[in-house]
Amino acid sequence: MTRPMDCIELVELVSDYVDGALSEDDRAAFEHHLTDCDGCVSYVSQMRETIHLTGALRVDDVQPDARETLLAAFRDFHRNQG
Amino acid sequence: MSEDDAELVAALRRGDEIAFRSVFELYHPALVRAARTYVRTQSVAEEVAQDTWFAVIRGVGSFEGRSSFKTWLFRILFNQARSRGARESRTTPMSSLASDDERSVAADRFESRSDRYPGHWRADPAAWGLLPGDVIATAETYSVIVDAIALLPDTQRTVISLRDVEGFTPDEVCSLLDLSEGNQRVLLHRARSRVRAALELHLEIVGAA
Repeated sequence: MTRPMDCIELVELVSDYVDGALSEDDRAAFEHHLTDCDGCVSYVSQMRETIHLTGALRVDDVQPDARETLLAAFRDFHRNQG
Repeated sequence: MSEDDAELVAALRRGDEIAFRSVFELYHPALVRAARTYVRTQSVAEEVAQDTWFAVIRGVGSFEGRSSFKTWLFRILFNQARSRGARESRTTPMSSLASDDERSVAADRFESRSDRYPGHWRADPAAWGLLPGDVIATAETYSVIVDAIALLPDTQRTVISLRDVEGFTPDEVCSLLDLSEGNQRVLLHRARSRVRAALELHLEIVGAA
């Protein structure tokens, strides 16, 4: 018999749930609650979407001057070593 | 040391410019973004990232491989960023973790003790899946996320940036920031909850339009 879980308690566990970091018991109670609660199903998918969108933020725009400056420093260091 | 790290470190030690260029391309943007969670301006963040590479160039000879190259690199960055941030008096020590009982969702979204179903949603959260896809993944939505992350307390901002933006593992984040596994999870959860709340507000407005 899984223990009952309210929506207000479930929302505090969502991040650990989607990361697979809940204990067996919490996960069972969490999933049991989801079978019967559209609101929490939506909430969990909102959280997944949030994580997904946050993960799409990366914009890799390397400054060309930074690259040249550091390559020159790398070269100088090894010239002086050698 | 992993085989890849051993190869990389050996190449850097013998002055292999192609190796340096590729590792620079791989990590520099992430270093700048991570530094940005500690210091006030983009230009200072770029300086901190540059100083990190100078330290790598000088220090790779004595890298012992007790951690991965990536963890070592970001540890140098955070040390640089912290001393820079302290000078700019912006940082909060990592140990000053919020212990208050911050809620993920405002309590008044749930029925209270005197209602029929205490602890249950008064009104269900919206199913974002029903919104047309082009309403969600817009430049505006991304800027809502960027703004929400910028407003987070320092430790939350750093943790969500490393975990969800840069894709670091929980172990890597704990080791870099000297956090316990539990604290790392709490900080990440709070950060994600706040970003979700900002998105909810935004999508309510654009969804209703």
